[in-house]
Amino acid sequence: MGDITQQPGRLRPAPENFLSEDQVKAVGAGRRDFLRKSFMAASAAMAAPLAARASEGDPNILNLPAWSTSLGQPVATTPYGMPSKFESQLVRRESPGLARVGGASVSFAPLQGLFGIITPSGLHFERHHQGWQDVDPTRHRLMINGSDDSLLKKPKVYTMDELMRMPSVSRIHFIECGANTGLEWGNVAVPTVQYTHGMLSCSEFTGVPLKTLLEDCGVDTKKARYVLAEGADGSSMTRTIPMEMVESGEVFVAYGQNGEMLRPENGYPLRLVVPGVQGVSWVKWLRRIEVGDQPYATKDEAVHYIDLLPNGLHRQYSSIQECKSVITTPSGGQTLVDKGFFNVSGLAWSGRGRIKQVDVSFDGGINWQSARLEGPIQNKALTRFNINWVWDGKPAILQSRAMDETGYVQPTYGQLRKVRGTKSIYHNNAIQSWKVVESGEVTNVQVL
Amino acid sequence: MSRFSKSILAVALGMSVFGSASAVDNFHGVGRQATPAEVKAWDIDVRPDFKGLPKGKGNVERGNELFEEKCASCHGSFGESNEVFTPLAGGTTKDDIKTGRVKGLSSGELPQRTTFTKVATISTVFDYIQRAMPWTAPKSLKPDEVYAILAYLLNLQEIVPADFELSDKNIADVQKLLPNRNGMTTDHGLWPGASAKKGGIGNGGVPDVKNVACMKNCKPEVQIGSTLPDYARTAHGELADQNRNFGPVRGTRTLGPEAARKAADASTLDLATKSGCMACHGVKNKIVGPGFNEVVARYQGQPDAESRLIAKVKAGGQGVWGSIPMPPNAHIKDDDLKTLVQWILAGSK
Ligand code: HEC
Ligand code: HEC
Repeated sequence: MGDITQQPGRLRPAPENFLSEDQVKAVGAGRRDFLRKSFMAASAAMAAPLAARASEGDPNILNLPAWSTSLGQPVATTPYGMPSKFESQLVRRESPGLARVGGASVSFAPLQGLFGIITPSGLHFERHHQGWQDVDPTRHRLMINGSDDSLLKKPKVYTMDELMRMPSVSRIHFIECGANTGLEWGNVAVPTVQYTHGMLSCSEFTGVPLKTLLEDCGVDTKKARYVLAEGADGSSMTRTIPMEMVESGEVFVAYGQNGEMLRPENGYPLRLVVPGVQGVSWVKWLRRIEVGDQPYATKDEAVHYIDLLPNGLHRQYSSIQECKSVITTPSGGQTLVDKGFFNVSGLAWSGRGRIKQVDVSFDGGINWQSARLEGPIQNKALTRFNINWVWDGKPAILQSRAMDETGYVQPTYGQLRKVRGTKSIYHNNAIQSWKVVESGEVTNVQVL
Repeated sequence: MSRFSKSILAVALGMSVFGSASAVDNFHGVGRQATPAEVKAWDIDVRPDFKGLPKGKGNVERGNELFEEKCASCHGSFGESNEVFTPLAGGTTKDDIKTGRVKGLSSGELPQRTTFTKVATISTVFDYIQRAMPWTAPKSLKPDEVYAILAYLLNLQEIVPADFELSDKNIADVQKLLPNRNGMTTDHGLWPGASAKKGGIGNGGVPDVKNVACMKNCKPEVQIGSTLPDYARTAHGELADQNRNFGPVRGTRTLGPEAARKAADASTLDLATKSGCMACHGVKNKIVGPGFNEVVARYQGQPDAESRLIAKVKAGGQGVWGSIPMPPNAHIKDDDLKTLVQWILAGSK
C-alpha cells in the first residue's frame, strides 16, 4: 500500500491547457502580443506554489490553482462535449485473445469506474459480428412482412421520418450479452470487472412498440406466434423473438438512446429493444421484421448462443438473462487506498423483472447483510446497490447476491456447475467473489 | 363546443367505428405497402422447414473451386482453420451421422467444437452463407453457388459423397444425415414466450438452480475453487491505467511503469502527444515552438545537447528561438523526458 500513499492526488499544471487551440492558431497567424499576455498570467499562477510551505497546510488549498485564478474556456469550445482529460483511463477495451478479428469481437464497458445505472453512450459495450456501419438514416427502411401472406394483411415499409412520427415510449433497460462472464465458467480467467462483467450496459431507449407496428400491418397473432428480426449490416443478424413478448408491449424499435440518437456502434438509426433478453436479440441497424408460425433456427440461435450441457446436448432458444449482480467498487485489479470506511457499490439486474433485494457478504458467503437499493427500481433495468464497510486491513472476500421479484436468488458457481458443467459459455450468472488482501489489492477468485 | 369541433369529433368517432375494423388504417400517412419486389429483395431467410429456400443446385466439385476462391483465405481449404474464426468442419464421425448426436460433445474428446459438431438444422448453414458470407462481401453469392459450397462442406464432413449435387429437391434428405441433428434441447426456462405445453418452447420459465437467501452462518467454511492465474493478471495491460488515479481505489500496478508505457504507447509520438508537446511543436513544422526537425539541425554533433535540452524542457524558458517562452514541463517524469528528447534528437522517428 506504500505504493498508493506515494501517489497522492497531486494537482499538476497541464501543458495542454497552457494554450487553447485557438490561441495556438492565433500565434500561427502572427498575433503574438495576445499570446504573451496569456503566458504572463499563466506563469504567475504557476510560480505561486513555491510560496507556501507544506507545514502550513495543503498546498492545494494554500496556493490557489490556475483554474481559480484565470479565465476558463468559452462556451462551445467542444461543441459535442467530451469527458475531462483526467478520465482517459475509463474506456471500452477488448480482452486480448478473446476474438481473432476486430470485426467479430467484443469491447467491454469499464464498469469499475461507472456510477448509478446509466451507461454513457460512448462507453456502451460493443459486440459486432461483421463490423459496425454508420447507416444513412434518410436511406434506412424498416420492412414488416409475413413468412406467408396469411399472417399479415399488409406488408409495409417505414422510413425514419415515419417511425419518428408515431407514438413513442422511453424506457430504461439493461442489455447484457449472453456470453457475459462466459470466460469464467471453468475457472478465473480475467482480472477485472470490465472483463468479467463488462458486456453489460443500461440506457434509456426511445422508440415505437413493435406491437403498434404489427397491428398497423394487420398481423394475425392467432397464427403468427414468432417474430424474426433482421439487421441491415453485412451480417444481417437474425434472431427469433416470441410473439408473447411483443404482445406484452415490452418490445420496441428504438432510435433514441440516452436523449440522443443511437450511436452507430449500437445500431444507428434503429435497433430492437427486447428487455430482459440477451443482447444478440436486440438486432442493430434493424431493417426487417418478419412474423411467422415457427422459430427460425438462425446461425446465432443454432450454432452460437446455444448452451452446451455435460450430456452433450445444447440448450437452444435460451434467451432470458437471469438475475445477477456484481460489486464494481472495489473490484478485481483495484487496490484500496487505505484502511477504514468504504462505500461498497455494485449493480444488480434481472431479465425476469425488478430487483427485490441484494445481499453482500464480506466473509466469502458465510454471513450476509442487505444492501441499500438506489431507486426508483425499474423493470429489467440495472439497479445500483450500496453498503457501508469499514475495512480493518485484514483479508476479506466480498460477494453480492441478488434476488428478483420472482423470488429467484442468484446462484453460486457450485450450484450452476452441478447442472450445466463448465462448458456452456452462455448465461453465467454466478455470484462473483473479490478477494481483498492486507496490501489492499483486490483480485478475482471463485468461491464454490 | 363549436360546430367545427363537433364535426371533427364526428369524423374521429366515425374513424374509430370504421377504422377499428381494419387496424391497418390507424396511422394515416405513416408507412406504405411494401411492393412484392421489395419483399423479395429483403426476405432472404430460410427456415428449418425450408420455407424461403431458393430453387437451385450445385455440386461438390464446383463448391470446392468456389470455396478455394472465396472462403479458404479465412477458413482454410478444408474449413479447418482456426485463424480468423473457429473451424467450420471436422469433429464428427460416421457413427454420429447414424445417431444424430455428436459423441465428442459429451465424451470430452473434442478439442474444439466446429460448426458441424453443433448445428442441427442444415437450413441454418444455407441461410447464413447466403446472407453473410464471404465476410467482406456478404450477399454476393448466387443461390447455385451457395448450394455448391454447402455441398462441398457436407462432403468435407463425409455426409455426402464427392460426386454429390445438392439442390432444393434433396436438401431435406441431407437434413436427415446431419451429425448433430438430435443434439438440441429446449427443455429449459430461458425462453421468454409460451412454454412447449402451450405450443411454444421450453418449460415455461422454471429455473434450473435454486439458491436461498441465507443470511447467517450459511456454511461452515469458504471453499475457493479458483484464483487468478499470474499470466491473466498481466495479459490485460496495465490495470493501473484502467482506473482513475483518485477515488476510493487505484488500479493495481501490474506491469510496472516501463512495460506499462510500452503497452500503452504505440510510439514515442503518442507519448509526446500525451505529454502536450505536440500542441506547440510539429515534427516537421514550427507551431509555437520550433519544429523538431529544426531542433535536430541546430544541435547536431553537440555531445551535451541531450542533457541540456532535457534541463531546458523541464525548466522551460525562452530566447533561443525567439521571445515566446516554453512553459516548464516539470510534471513529466524524468524517464519520459529523456525518452522524448532522445527521440527528438534521433529525428522524431
Ligand atoms: C475475410 C474472412 C472470411 C471469409 C473470406 C469468409 N469468412 Fe466465413 N466467417 C468469417 C468470420 C469472421 C466468421 C464469424 C462471424 C461471426 O462472428 O458472426 C465467419 C463465419 C462463417 C460461418 C459460420 C461459422 C460458425 O460456426 O458460426 C460459416 C458457415 C462461414 N463463415 C462460411 C464461409 C463461406 C462459405 C465463405 C466463402 C463463401 C466464407 N465463410 C468466407 C470470416 C470469413
Ligand atoms: C506551450 C507551448 C510549448 C509546449 C507545451 C512545449 N514546448 Fe517546447 N518549446 C516551446 C517554445 C516556445 C520553445 C522555444 C523556446 C526558446 O526559444 O528557448 C520550445 C523549445 C523546445 C526545444 C528546444 C529548446 C532549445 O533550447 O533549443 C525542445 C527540445 C522542446 N521545446 C521540446 C519540448 C518537449 C519535449 C515538450 C513536451 C514535453 C515541449 N517542448 C512542450 C513551446 C512549447
